[in-house]
Amino acid sequence: MNASPHVALFATCITDTMKPSVPIATVKLLERLGCRVSYPERQTCCGQIMTNTGYWDEAVPTVRNYVRSFEDYDYIVAPSGSCVGSVREQHPMLARHAGDAGLERDATAAASRTYELSEFLVDVLGVTDVGAYFPHRVTYHPPCHSVRIAKVGDRPLRLLREVRGIDLIDLPKAEECCGFGGTFSVKNPDVSIAMASDKARHVRTTGAEYLVAGDHACLMNIGGVLHRGRSGVKTIHLAEILAATEEDAR
Amino acid sequence: MNRRTPEPGSWLGIPEFPRAAKASLQDAEQRKNLTHATTTIRAKRVVRASEVPEWEELRTAAAQIKDRVARHLEQYLLQAEEAMTAAGVTVHWARDAADANRIVADIAKAKGVDEVVKIKSMVTQEIDLNEYLEAEGIAAWETDLAELIVQLGHDLPSHILVPAIHRNRSEVREIFKEEMGRYGRPAPEPISDEPSELAEAARLHLREKFLRSKMAVSGGNFIVADTGTLVIVESEGNGRMCLTLPETLVSVVGIEKVLPTLEDLEVFLKLLPRSSTGERMNPYTSMWTGVTPGDGPQDLHVVLLDNGRTNVLADPDGRAALRCIRCSACLNICPVYERVGGHAYGSPYPGPIGAILGPQLRGMGDANTRALPFASTLCGACNDVCPVRIPFTDILVHLRHKAVEHKTAKHPTGEQLLMKGAGWVMKDGRNLASVQLGTRFAGRVLRGKSLGPMPIPLASRWLQARDVEAPPTQTFRQWWKDEHEGGAK
Ligand code: SF4
Repeated sequence: MNASPHVALFATCITDTMKPSVPIATVKLLERLGCRVSYPERQTCCGQIMTNTGYWDEAVPTVRNYVRSFEDYDYIVAPSGSCVGSVREQHPMLARHAGDAGLERDATAAASRTYELSEFLVDVLGVTDVGAYFPHRVTYHPPCHSVRIAKVGDRPLRLLREVRGIDLIDLPKAEECCGFGGTFSVKNPDVSIAMASDKARHVRTTGAEYLVAGDHACLMNIGGVLHRGRSGVKTIHLAEILAATEEDAR
Repeated sequence: MNRRTPEPGSWLGIPEFPRAAKASLQDAEQRKNLTHATTTIRAKRVVRASEVPEWEELRTAAAQIKDRVARHLEQYLLQAEEAMTAAGVTVHWARDAADANRIVADIAKAKGVDEVVKIKSMVTQEIDLNEYLEAEGIAAWETDLAELIVQLGHDLPSHILVPAIHRNRSEVREIFKEEMGRYGRPAPEPISDEPSELAEAARLHLREKFLRSKMAVSGGNFIVADTGTLVIVESEGNGRMCLTLPETLVSVVGIEKVLPTLEDLEVFLKLLPRSSTGERMNPYTSMWTGVTPGDGPQDLHVVLLDNGRTNVLADPDGRAALRCIRCSACLNICPVYERVGGHAYGSPYPGPIGAILGPQLRGMGDANTRALPFASTLCGACNDVCPVRIPFTDILVHLRHKAVEHKTAKHPTGEQLLMKGAGWVMKDGRNLASVQLGTRFAGRVLRGKSLGPMPIPLASRWLQARDVEAPPTQTFRQWWKDEHEGGAK
């Protein structure tokens, strides 16, 4: 680990716009752990909404923008397994689609410097106890893309287990998709709702106060159903729990 | 019209996936049956896979063997033809379904038979052989228990391995009671819905047909190129009956089923039963190399079928779909399949493999087929279980791209405009910042209220079941600016 790694935050368009508390928590957490954090303002999005809907030409400029935004940084950290998965798996593919070998090389290089938050904490900083305090009953949903595309494994759980005061409860059928799937939720609304409702039901059986995940999109989806059902279960991003301290609790 | 076999359901009336799925979701009984069945088999697969220490290496080997076959398909097919011919098999080549159906019917007519027994086979479902034979006056009897249930139920298959997975045993009892007598030996009276009694009824009903039929039709799991050996794996023994009793055996096999050597087969015989039924070994493995005088069928035919497979092979980003060994692990793990069942996919190949194979075999010509690559959340669960490591999520996204190219080729679509808009916004942080002015304004208007059901196009599809938080008045971008005003970047 470097003495004080210089990290570029990839805030991701969805949390930047809709849930700023997530990137804010990420900044606080990284700074508390001794990192210097920058936010290259040129950044936008990983492009997967376009890529996964089949609009590749429209997604290519996003790849170019990502590469340029982060070219000066050794560590690019994002609080989203899904966006990181897209950067790693889809950016080089889109560059190939554009027939741009230079972009493919740059995109591959940028992807290799891109980390999902829990990966960066565990693998680069080498910590699992980040000094967090969160005295609540919590259950964890592992977002599909973080597990199967970005392959973060059990790192989020290892981090959560070290949080002081936390009461971590297993989620039944945790590994099953919540049904969001980007534009899937609009193209196949009925299947999406059936899946989200099953997931919300499993969350409720745990009796948790909070549902935590490392991807805001899943939380929006499951949380939306929980809220509609007046279940009282709140959603919270992994970064927000890890950033929380005893001072915050007071 | 005077039919000899039960009239099946039709794929033609099934609407586009989202609408078909909606209808299936409302069938509570079917959803219960499916959840129960897929949950059970998933759990078995996990245990069986974890027993094999070199499981991941076996998957890699299987993928490599299949890819090698695909690279040299012509060579292996010619080798297989030569070996089979030398062993006394008549080899036929079929470009498409019509070719294959005609070849099978001609053999039956030449033999003077008016009925055939059938081993469960996906490829004959694909070409709709039974209906072709029926029209030619030849009755095709399914002998696999689940296929029998589907056939007698005037139904359509909804799963690769367990085509009647959407039925429970009391429905099966009704079907047997009602229908068996119309097409052969009736079910014993009285009959309960105990699996052993139902199996006994099927056994008695089928035995009559096994003993009477002079010709059988099968598919094939593998063809070993260097020996010309055909391989069929099955669980019930009905296949063994079909493969040994009748005089004539016709096997219709997709051209991608060829393997170079018997050693390669070993890899697949380890992977297939554990992935599909969750068994260590499948109960019946039949292998035959040509005609053995005085033993088994004396007239063997193999129909090698293309039917779109060479089109799949021609696409480097989609061809991995041809590795499929039809184990159905991807269906069983799929959360969409679990809730919707197989019929909504509109073809005998449902679930993730159907979503990537159907559009490639049939082309993107019709809207129903174009909807299939979108019938997935891209959760990737199928990637992890597939014994031949098909990269489903990559292929799905690739096919979505092709579907979009097809849809937007002639005139622009509303979705395309939206995506072009998104593309512009995400091209540069300044564009995103200007759009965020709008979301911040909306946030000020809504003041933290959450959004409930609302009749806004597209958004209503989300809001019908989910509340959405109002956008915040401050974005992260703005927060950062405020915090670092004048400071370092
Ligand atoms: S695609 Fe893979 S998992 Fe699905 S049926 Fe074929 S071999 Fe099995």
